[in-house]
Amino acid sequence: MDTLTQATLTQPKIRFATVWLAGCSGCHMSFLDLDEWLIELAQHVDVVYSPVGCDLKEYPKNVDVCLVEGGVANEDNLELLLQVRQRTKILISFGDCAVTANIPAMRNLMGGADLVLKRGYLELADDTRKLPHAPGIVPELLDRVMPVHEVVPVDIFMPGCPPSADRIKATIEPLLTGHKPVMEGRSMIKFG
Amino acid sequence: MSVKTLTIDGKDVAIEEGATILQAAKEAGVAIPTLCHLEGVSDVGACRLCLVEIAGTSKLLPACVTEVAEGMQVQTNTPKLQEYRRMTVELLFSEGNHFCSVCVANGNCELQDVAIQVGMDHTRFPYRFPNRGVDMSHPSFGIDHNRCILCTRCVRVCDEIEGAHVWDVAQRGAGCYIVSGLNQPWGTVDACTSCGKCVDACPTGAIFRKGETTGEKERDRAKLEFLVTAREKHQWIR
Amino acid sequence: MDWNELLEIAEHERSQQKPIRLHCCTSTGCRAANSIAVLNGLRDAVDEAKLGDRVEVVGVGCMGFCSRGPLVQIDPNDDLYEEVKPDEAASIVSTLTGGTTSAIKGDTQHPFFSRQMKVVRQHSGKLDPERIEEYIAVGGYQALHKVLYEMTPAQVVEEISRSGLRGRGGGGYPTGLKWATVAKMPGEQKYVICNGDEGDPGAFMDRSVMESDPHLVLEGMAIAGYAIGANHGYIYVRAEYPLAIERLQKAIQQAKKYGLLGSQIFDSPFDFKIDIRIGAGAFVCGEETALIQSIEGGRGNPRPRPPYPAQSGLWGCPTLINNVETYANIAAIINQGADWYASIGTEKSKGTKIFALTGKIRNNGLIEVPMGITLREIVEEMGGGVPDGDVKAVQTGGPSGGCIPASMLDTPVDYESLMAVGSMMGSGGMVVMDQTTNMVEVAQFYMEFCRGETCGKCIPCRTGTVQLYSMLTKILNGKATKADLDAMEALCYMVKDTSLCGLGMSAPNPVLSTLKYFPEEYRERLQEAIAPTPPVEPTEQHGTATAPELLAQ
Repeated sequence: MDTLTQATLTQPKIRFATVWLAGCSGCHMSFLDLDEWLIELAQHVDVVYSPVGCDLKEYPKNVDVCLVEGGVANEDNLELLLQVRQRTKILISFGDCAVTANIPAMRNLMGGADLVLKRGYLELADDTRKLPHAPGIVPELLDRVMPVHEVVPVDIFMPGCPPSADRIKATIEPLLTGHKPVMEGRSMIKFG
Repeated sequence: MSVKTLTIDGKDVAIEEGATILQAAKEAGVAIPTLCHLEGVSDVGACRLCLVEIAGTSKLLPACVTEVAEGMQVQTNTPKLQEYRRMTVELLFSEGNHFCSVCVANGNCELQDVAIQVGMDHTRFPYRFPNRGVDMSHPSFGIDHNRCILCTRCVRVCDEIEGAHVWDVAQRGAGCYIVSGLNQPWGTVDACTSCGKCVDACPTGAIFRKGETTGEKERDRAKLEFLVTAREKHQWIR
Repeated sequence: MDWNELLEIAEHERSQQKPIRLHCCTSTGCRAANSIAVLNGLRDAVDEAKLGDRVEVVGVGCMGFCSRGPLVQIDPNDDLYEEVKPDEAASIVSTLTGGTTSAIKGDTQHPFFSRQMKVVRQHSGKLDPERIEEYIAVGGYQALHKVLYEMTPAQVVEEISRSGLRGRGGGGYPTGLKWATVAKMPGEQKYVICNGDEGDPGAFMDRSVMESDPHLVLEGMAIAGYAIGANHGYIYVRAEYPLAIERLQKAIQQAKKYGLLGSQIFDSPFDFKIDIRIGAGAFVCGEETALIQSIEGGRGNPRPRPPYPAQSGLWGCPTLINNVETYANIAAIINQGADWYASIGTEKSKGTKIFALTGKIRNNGLIEVPMGITLREIVEEMGGGVPDGDVKAVQTGGPSGGCIPASMLDTPVDYESLMAVGSMMGSGGMVVMDQTTNMVEVAQFYMEFCRGETCGKCIPCRTGTVQLYSMLTKILNGKATKADLDAMEALCYMVKDTSLCGLGMSAPNPVLSTLKYFPEEYRERLQEAIAPTPPVEPTEQHGTATAPELLAQ
């Protein structure tokens, strides 16, 4: 009997979540690249919130492990992240956008949100030049896109754009048996 | 020529007088991270990654410019040095705009390698996101100042090897940037021989050959149609 | 020029000087307060009163009490007038013939003056810095003659060593040792450099010396040249000191004319010429290796030491580089002897030091005090204390120094004692702070200075100072947490330990010293971190025991 199976028999299931903030969802795609290991993972975890694995719309309480993809770019991202932090034991910054703010943060070079919106919706618009404004529907942009750890404390950093399925597995697998993954070396922490 | 013997991380090394600690470490098979050091051009001791501890002095000394001495005891990887190195690399990442995934040097970048070497999984300093500009005026090359770490390897290789001295550093502090000619677009600098040494010397993707960047990639609009046809009709035609 | 001619010039000058001299300060501080108009007013008044045969008006250098300028002093009776307005000139002149004046009379018996001990500033404010004859009249260039004809270079070095003089630029390196090192270096060509790139905020000691007594600096440099075997010297002055540059230029021309600089000085085989190089505004060029690169025409960047300039300096030649005030001490040591000099000050810090006393204090200005005097004596007695309330801290050493709390005011002013309390002597800035001063803002101010002045060559200084500045700003804005504070302290030590030159190595000092002595001012601005809230209620049906263990790892 391998250790994983043994752990499953002796311990209750881990409440597992993934969230998607400002990112391309590539990290989630890479997560799906885990292929058959996903089935094994499902034996050890309950997926309680995830854009690719669960239909719940509200982030539940008492989550054990959460992968957070994406930077913090708008008010919705911020609100969800604060909730995630308060309800989660181990928060993993999942991919370069979460760890460095990465591509979404390229807009930071232009200055504040107003300048970005002006550029995108007025200056570069082909027709229908109009700033988006739909309170409650379209979330307001934050002035700067931030990596997750600039907003809340993060427990594990998993860089990569996206992190490969192997890296994701190497990060999650030890957690299932109560061990902290070793985030070292090219295979685990190379950016990009 | 006389020989000096010393220890590096406890390993005995003998090397000719006048050699640097970095050369001695290489001889001893001890890897010390560097960024501003480039074999063949002068050393400036600027990146501070190669700082080492030497018994008998409380000052950390750069291995690239410190000469070996008889009986010297060098430590290259103490916890303090490890922490300082990591902080140095974190400061570099927070200083510029290093978006590895869309960088021309991704996978072939000394900054990226050093980050792995020092174990940097994130930077603890807030990113500054300066808008430093890109100069694409040269017919063959481009310089993206956002990716520049001001190691001045391009400056030295152009001055000392090519003898053209196209590059230098302008301004000071956070405003520093690599300047071409008399602060003019690279493409208009007559002194540039287009030899490409600076491209090869650049440890990051700051100076690059044109046509290799993500932004310059040509879109292949027909690709999607090709894939659909391939999947649905099992015909691999374009 | 020989010894007799020198004495003749002195004698002639003294005989030409009028019995009564009205000294009016024409240095930068008083000049900014309109002292040139006062000077002209005094001259007109003397002419009008037809006193020209026994009274002369002399534009002199700095008298020290800069905050009360323009200053006018009557020699020989020592009456001092402060904040003199041009229309008061006539009445001041009338006091010589029994008249009265409404001009504010200064108290020259005040500790601000009486506690001073003037070695470097002995003639400052008493002679016209634009006339070499006045300098010669008070014994100028006699020390140079003495070394050339009565001492070997080795004896000069020995004399300086025995005097215990240490570098006045801030580091406090023994001057004699430095001279001996350069003297012993092999090589035909050596150089002497005078560092006049004074840049600490609020510090203007060297400017005052260069403006008030330029020949004193030239003489010191020439003696140094003789001692180490150099025939060429450079004075590096920042461009922001136009008057100092102008007066040094005049002084060099006059000295050359008299054969006191140039070839075969005093008809001896010793040649020594001095050139001026003007800085372009970079603080870092006060760092010796950066200064040398700047003289060479390069970008003013420091380079790693060793090799020290003594081994390989200007154009790769052995180079002696000292501060203005250090050179200004040399003539006095040669004239009056090392033993005399060594009798002043403390065991390890000899002689006097000039400070620019500023901040929340009654008497602002330049003071020259013996080493070993306590901060309390300077601040409370000489400075007259804080106008409102009590002293909170004294900042010494500029952006490289630290803040010393009021509780440690009895610290003696010497190199070791100041270092021991986390500050440093520095070049001589001394800023007094009262209870209203926010120490985090003070730290931020100095960090802003360093952030703007770092040359950008090495990473810790170039980008560490930027991060430290934003961390301090975050604390001041009440947005920082305890973790931020800890991170800031860690970064301070990293910048201190890993920077290439003195600028970066000392840049965190104002933060570290305020953090050490005023930690509550940082802590009270912190906010609570957004902490992960561990689930309070037991997990419903699932949950794991492993996760908390993980976090505890």
